[in-house]
Amino acid sequence: MPKLNVNPTRMELTRLKGKLRTAQRGHKLLKDKRDELMKQFLETVREVRTLRAEVEEELMTVHGAFTVASALMSSEAMEQALLYPKQSVELTMGFQNIMSVNVPVYDFKTKTQSDSDIYPYGFAGTSGELDTAVDALGKVFRKMLKLAQIEKSAQLMAEEIEKTRRRVNALEYVMIPDTQEAIRYINMKLDENDRATTIRLMKVKDMLLQEAIEEQKERDAKALKTFNAQNT
Amino acid sequence: MATTYRIAVVGDWESVMGFRALGLDTYPISAPEEARRKIHELAKTNCAVIYLTEQLAAKLPDVLDRYKDELRPAIILIPGRGGSLGIGKDNIQNSIERAVGADIL
Repeated sequence: MPKLNVNPTRMELTRLKGKLRTAQRGHKLLKDKRDELMKQFLETVREVRTLRAEVEEELMTVHGAFTVASALMSSEAMEQALLYPKQSVELTMGFQNIMSVNVPVYDFKTKTQSDSDIYPYGFAGTSGELDTAVDALGKVFRKMLKLAQIEKSAQLMAEEIEKTRRRVNALEYVMIPDTQEAIRYINMKLDENDRATTIRLMKVKDMLLQEAIEEQKERDAKALKTFNAQNT
Repeated sequence: MATTYRIAVVGDWESVMGFRALGLDTYPISAPEEARRKIHELAKTNCAVIYLTEQLAAKLPDVLDRYKDELRPAIILIPGRGGSLGIGKDNIQNSIERAVGADIL
């Protein structure tokens, strides 16, 4: 029997009953939260999986394109071509609240507006394959950012679910049974006390009665004695 | 909302150079130790997303764990030039296991 060192008093009983009510309510709420989070999480995860597969595949194509480009150009020329970017990306981060989990929402702005104006080099010294590769990468990038957003969301939600799950379990398997046990213990102890009091009262009453009877007997005997003495 | 953040790409030079053309911050690094230092350094600055090649990530699981529960930076694995190692997919799997307590999908 774990930790039953509670005072068996009425005040403690009331306190424990309040505690149990709160625990049960908290348990219900947390359980709801966990279920809803789980639903959202599984949706997100499914999305992450498909998107990740897509991104990985497309990135491999892009890597291939860059390999082809680097085969056609000297690595120095390539390095030089890509050394100083024309484009720059600014990322703003907002938050979305999913069941009390803050997940990031990314939004990006590019410095140059048109997609076709991103090549940081003159076309003269470079091969056409490089253009294609950079272009393709630019397209993948949007997906990559989306991936970053939902993958991070999934990670954060996983953490929150784990925490909530632990709380639910702690309430369900430790807190609530323990409190119930303590309440039962106090109830039994109080009943026992009640019975003890009743018994004690009965005992006292008996003793008083016995005493009264003895006294009466004594008085009767005395009266009988004096009666007998007078008659003889 | 007014603050803008940076996007960093960490990996070997071949995998990373293309991103430079897009205007991301690229850090061509191939030594795991150096990458570890760089990521910690980036995390302290206004860097919101770090793309890390799987080749490097394979050697830095502690770094991934360290930033997994932080809102910023998000470390996202991308396949490097050497091809995908499946670590990114494994990580999704891990987070599912972590949330559900069992592998359900």
